Amino acid sequence: MSLPFQIVVCGSIVPDPLQTLEPITGPAGPSLKNEMMLPAILDPWAGHALFEAANLARTVPGSKVWLVSLGPKAKLQQVMMTVAQKVPFELVALDGPASGFADSFETAAALASAIEAIAGLDKSRLLVFGGWESASRGAGATLQMVGERLGIAEQFLGVDRLTVGEDGGLEILERIEGGKHQVSVCAAPPAVLGWATGNLPEPRNNPQVGMANMRAIMPALQRAKAAPVANTGLAYVSVNLPKQQRETRIVKNMPAEEIAREIVAWIGEE
Amino acid sequence: METILVLAHVETDGTLAKPALEALTAAKSLGGEILVGLVGGSVQAAADQIAGCGATRILAVTGEAFTQPRYATDAAAAEALCRAAGAPLVIAPSTSRWARALPGVAYRLGGRVDTHATNLSIRDGAPAVTRWFYRQRMEAVLARAQRPWMLLVDSGCFAAWAGAPGTAVVETVAVEPPQTRTTVTGIRAPKADEQTIRPEAALLFVAGAGWTKKQADGAPHAAEAATLILGFLRAAKASLGGSKSLVDSSGEGEAVLPFMTHLNQIGQTGATPRHPKGLSTCCHGEEPHVVGWRFVNQRRAINLDPNCGWARGKADVLYVADAFEVMRKVNALLG
Repeated sequence: MSLPFQIVVCGSIVPDPLQTLEPITGPAGPSLKNEMMLPAILDPWAGHALFEAANLARTVPGSKVWLVSLGPKAKLQQVMMTVAQKVPFELVALDGPASGFADSFETAAALASAIEAIAGLDKSRLLVFGGWESASRGAGATLQMVGERLGIAEQFLGVDRLTVGEDGGLEILERIEGGKHQVSVCAAPPAVLGWATGNLPEPRNNPQVGMANMRAIMPALQRAKAAPVANTGLAYVSVNLPKQQRETRIVKNMPAEEIAREIVAWIGEE
Repeated sequence: METILVLAHVETDGTLAKPALEALTAAKSLGGEILVGLVGGSVQAAADQIAGCGATRILAVTGEAFTQPRYATDAAAAEALCRAAGAPLVIAPSTSRWARALPGVAYRLGGRVDTHATNLSIRDGAPAVTRWFYRQRMEAVLARAQRPWMLLVDSGCFAAWAGAPGTAVVETVAVEPPQTRTTVTGIRAPKADEQTIRPEAALLFVAGAGWTKKQADGAPHAAEAATLILGFLRAAKASLGGSKSLVDSSGEGEAVLPFMTHLNQIGQTGATPRHPKGLSTCCHGEEPHVVGWRFVNQRRAINLDPNCGWARGKADVLYVADAFEVMRKVNALLG
């Protein structure tokens, strides 16, 4: 049986994917129109990482999960009302931007500082989890820099499965090109794992878990330190919506055979 | 223009793959002095492959420890090459290997990194990079003051560099392999006849959740759906994508399409593959899904709903029809 893990999940919030997003540019750089009004969710890949963390903590007794989240405090509070009902975790909140235009380098600095400040964290048993990319910036770069700042050089990206062996070793499946997985064995923590989708469905809401989480989440939000991201040295020349509106030909009442012929001919075109 | 280091890792056969050659083209498009840094067990064949690319130096980190795609060794090799080259710009292909390692290297060098670059240009005499934000929903051009600036270029955005091979002079950069607790033990791939993800395919075939819903007779026909889809993939040599709802239902234990996994997922929380053509079936074409189609040029869809998302300027052609019926006929025609 493995020793307990200390699992820190880095994850922020993103606009609900069903919302229409429009960029605007102000004195501080680009942002989203009505950004604070847009309904938000936990970043989907960070969500997978959180659910995998909770599952691992459940199977290895004594393990603990923290969620370190950088975002506007008011929005974090809204999202946590939902996320808290899914799995047990302790929130470490940082009050700052969750924008896709925030620099990953500075974001990583804020997250690493917050992790360093977790009281009693045993870094020899530390697993830093997160999504392999965010659905906002989509850089896939933040976790590696968090790992470097914490001195962790065992890092994995695009993880779909983590299995703890009898000897405590970690077998990790990472996505690589062509729909394949690379299989690696990491002898022991600490390690950084950027999760793809994993294999777990989203847990059902559990009001008891929610109540237990919220007792600590509200004080954590009140304690949230300001973590501005200045985007030093980063200049956005332009931010635009794509102009790809197609003239859709809608084909109704065409026999299936004729549609099939048209599709086959289209497939064969150079 | 600033000096550019192009970083590439060699493949198991000792050559450079297409994404590395695309990164070379991307670097050359900026017009500066080019240096190349290679990583692998043995790199002479790869260096000879690009001997005519105009690089003023070809540096290399070689050795058994650097054959495995692994963060600790890849980062050490890239760091050493960057320090030896001293180039303010570093361009690399966005392979799984470099995507994992280079952000950490940028931190070690006090630089910055931008990933998923789709275009490079010169603005006011300085390099600028184009990339997408919010899952391909908006496109930005950005520049940075910090150096080194590392850029990972997405595959399919530049033509692969092509030139006559020659005999290259390779400068070896000595690197002591770092201590690591990680061992790469293998690659897990579907059997050849079960391989549904084909990045080089001319056609992306996307299945939506409608394939597993009740059909006109009031019953679902998942087995027939699986046969039709796999039959089409084989006949058309297409790559398979899935909508989130279909992939999720597979993951939740419903015996639907056994070959459909999260690796196939296209869209907001899935992949954004690059294929010349895409055919969507039984999928509503709502925005979170269609953002995954950003780089699919020609788009057609089959859906029973004439008011679905595809009809709103997201597809070139929408066939309002029963996908089961149409795909039966398509498969028959493809033989």
